[in-house]
Amino acid sequence: MKPLTTEDASKRMKGRAGSRFWNKMVQQRYLYLMSIPFVIWIFVFSYVPIWGWLMAFQNYKPKNGIFDQKWVGLEHFIELFSDDRFYLVLRNTLGMSIMGLIVSFTVPIIFALFLNEIKGKFFKRSIQTISYLPHFVSWVVVAGLITKMLSTDGGAVNQLLMSLRLIDEPILFMAKGEWFWSIVTISDMWKETGWNSIIFLAAMSGIDPELYEASTVDGAGRFRKMWHITLPGIRTTFMVLFILSIGHLISIGFEKQFLLGNPQVIDYSEVLDLYALNYGINLSRYSYGTAIGIFNSVVSILLVFTANAIYKRVTKESVI
Amino acid sequence: MAGIKVRSTGDKAFDTTVYIIMTIVGIVTIYPFLNVLAISFNNSIDTVRGGITIFPRQFTLENYKTIFGFDGLLTGFQNSVLRTLLGTAVGVLSASMMAYTLSRRDFQARRWMSVMFAMTMYFSGGLIPTYMLIRKLDLISTFWVYIIPAILSVWNVFVVRSYIDGLPLALQESGKIDGANDWTIFWKIILPLCQPVLATIALFIAVSHWNSWFDTYLYNSQRPEFTTLQYELMKVLQSTQANTNYRDPNAVHNIAAVSPESIRMAITIVVTVPIIVVYPFLQRYFVKGMTLGAVKS
Repeated sequence: MKPLTTEDASKRMKGRAGSRFWNKMVQQRYLYLMSIPFVIWIFVFSYVPIWGWLMAFQNYKPKNGIFDQKWVGLEHFIELFSDDRFYLVLRNTLGMSIMGLIVSFTVPIIFALFLNEIKGKFFKRSIQTISYLPHFVSWVVVAGLITKMLSTDGGAVNQLLMSLRLIDEPILFMAKGEWFWSIVTISDMWKETGWNSIIFLAAMSGIDPELYEASTVDGAGRFRKMWHITLPGIRTTFMVLFILSIGHLISIGFEKQFLLGNPQVIDYSEVLDLYALNYGINLSRYSYGTAIGIFNSVVSILLVFTANAIYKRVTKESVI
Repeated sequence: MAGIKVRSTGDKAFDTTVYIIMTIVGIVTIYPFLNVLAISFNNSIDTVRGGITIFPRQFTLENYKTIFGFDGLLTGFQNSVLRTLLGTAVGVLSASMMAYTLSRRDFQARRWMSVMFAMTMYFSGGLIPTYMLIRKLDLISTFWVYIIPAILSVWNVFVVRSYIDGLPLALQESGKIDGANDWTIFWKIILPLCQPVLATIALFIAVSHWNSWFDTYLYNSQRPEFTTLQYELMKVLQSTQANTNYRDPNAVHNIAAVSPESIRMAITIVVTVPIIVVYPFLQRYFVKGMTLGAVKS
């Protein structure tokens, strides 16, 4: 508690609990005025949609109120779990998200390790500036760039592969479903590696330099120092970020898949959110779309708590 | 592992390898931008021949002249600028106001409000319920659908709050003694002191406003007057992917005269340039903000 003025203190002693509460409320009226509008806002925009989950148990028609609907119980969930498309979509979601998880927790660390070894200030700074840039560019633009780079008519990737004589004719990357997961993962890597490395670099800069000096005296080489000092030094940061990402394993968003996908690769590009979007909004099956969303949220919460429980057992600390 | 035995040569080899790898990473990152830039300035018929790398072969401004003739793009540009400016101002102000109240340890409602805000980071209603809410609030087909649902970001509130927590408490106390009320303390003492963190979140908010396209797609796709730049680019890119030429219903110029490829590249540049222009000025802020946010989590 922050020390209060003497006036407050005397008031506090005199008044009963109730009037003390109201007095303080009046005294803090500006704080209330500054926060209440946002409390209302967050209630409306973050809590009211939870209420909308009721739609999943109804045959929701927008023209009626939420209680003036036909209740159907778990019908939509049963339909969802018996739809073959759902399992295909779930496979795509998990496939891309696990690939993304592996890449986003290895490549940025390697990148940060290398960056940490660069002594030239100017070079280091230039590489940082360049590698953070794609993070700020929209997925729309990135999808455009990736499509251009992978195109068959003058795309850099095909040209490079041809000039290295690795392939004889251009590959139709964007039209082949089996390439799609890799394209999404690599696009993500291209866009976010630099940005994701910031956090690991910060953790590395917090490592005690004496550890490095001591190991130099002991005759450790650069690789050894990386392995025995730098990597253990960023362990906590790594674990925290990793557990938080596990929670997002199933809710990977749909921007990349929406923008990079096309009808030819739909069997590989459709993820849960896109599936919900197609049924829920484009086909106006609001209740079914909501059921998909609920599945998504429930699995995410379960995943994050499981990951946290495992982490707690191992380290006796909690991330959440 | 050779580096361990022969220190100096091993070290050199190691350094050289690191420099080479990092240079390649740098080139891979920057090349697509330069390539697109070159194509956007190249004669569109010549572009079809292929082989443009990072310099235009036949320089022209024709592609840009063409795209600035599209009504959709001009409206999109205006709306994107407007939502970015307004959205950032609103976002920074509301995040800092909320953060200040939550940072006040003596504030009665601090605990339940903190919990209420923090909870939202772990769940969300999902796409459809949010869509239905926006519909019920009559925000569909309005410009305000870009601003109102994005008034506050809980993440930003916590970033600013942890910054305020790090400020010396004595400054607030001295304001109190001078008879300033909480409102004045916020404006006169807290806001000026928070400048670095506010610059950071302003950057994040502005970028997310400038880059968003999905809200236009979902809520305003029937209303050309509320279109945004990213959405226009998205339409162009999607239509070429489906192997059809982009035909803007509002277009004054005949697009067939220019190859869709040049158009796409020129629009991509127009969309990207504002980000690239402001980015170097703000770089020193965001690294700090990023690590601050991470320490919180």
